[in-house]
Amino acid sequence: MTAHPEASGLGRIGVVTFPGSLDDGDARRAVRLAGGEPVALWHRDADLRGVDAVILPGGFSYGDYLRCGAIARFSPVMGKVSEAAREGLPVLGICNGFQILCESHLLPGALTRNDHLHFVCRDQRLRIENAATAWTADYVPGEAITVPLKNGEGGYIADEATLDALEAEGRVVARYLGGNPNGSRRDIAGVTNEAGNVVGLMPHPEHAVESLTGPTTDGLGFFTSVLKKLVTA
Amino acid sequence: MARVVVDVMLKPEILDPQGQAVQRALPRLGYEGITEVRQGKRFELEVAEPVDDAALARVREMADALLANTVIEDYTVRVEEPDPAQAAA
Repeated sequence: MTAHPEASGLGRIGVVTFPGSLDDGDARRAVRLAGGEPVALWHRDADLRGVDAVILPGGFSYGDYLRCGAIARFSPVMGKVSEAAREGLPVLGICNGFQILCESHLLPGALTRNDHLHFVCRDQRLRIENAATAWTADYVPGEAITVPLKNGEGGYIADEATLDALEAEGRVVARYLGGNPNGSRRDIAGVTNEAGNVVGLMPHPEHAVESLTGPTTDGLGFFTSVLKKLVTA
Repeated sequence: MARVVVDVMLKPEILDPQGQAVQRALPRLGYEGITEVRQGKRFELEVAEPVDDAALARVREMADALLANTVIEDYTVRVEEPDPAQAAA
């Protein structure tokens, strides 16, 4: 890849803002605290401004109309993100971002209404199952972390054959500990694609990056992982 | 002009907690004997062109691309005939 004119030497991580995104500010802040350079991307952007990785943040893009993530999937910027993701660009979808990645078929399965129908908002323990993805290399396999979780439609669903394949290929990135908060099959909190560059996660690591505002700083590893990968790439 | 209706339902094997909540509410209102409720979406598409096979094929494309998520949902497409009484009025 040729150097982009705006390149600063730091890892430049794009954070997409859709109409209805909520956590784009926190995601940019997490990138900065991890030592990277956050780059704001807009849903109507037709190019990715030469970023080295992309985060699709949480929120309610396009008001969750039709299905969560269903409209965002067709935004101009997502055309570029999908293209680049298939070529290996690291992409992390958090919460609504995970829903968008599933709707885009960059990740298998779908996210549906929590089985108990209530919105859940709490600090959630997770086990990192796959510490080899672009976004989890700074964790140890089996490591337990605590980050906020907040969703109404966070139940991860896929058919049994897909779930079996995800397990067999080590593509479950994180699992819920201490009780399943939303009816996700096999306690799945996050999954990755075959190449390990695209990760979708229902809980919010970007809300756990400093002790003043987060329950822990356990979420920082997602952002430092990708920045390290960019330096060594 | 004709109306094409696309009905979208969760696949039978997918849990429908909203439908279950509706089903549980019915006896509280005195309606007994409903053993299951499944909730879905109905789209009414007003089509400007005559609805021939090609038009229906395009509606199916729209359903596959946007109206339904075929990972978890099934859909049906049908043409709704205009009500003769209303057409005359």
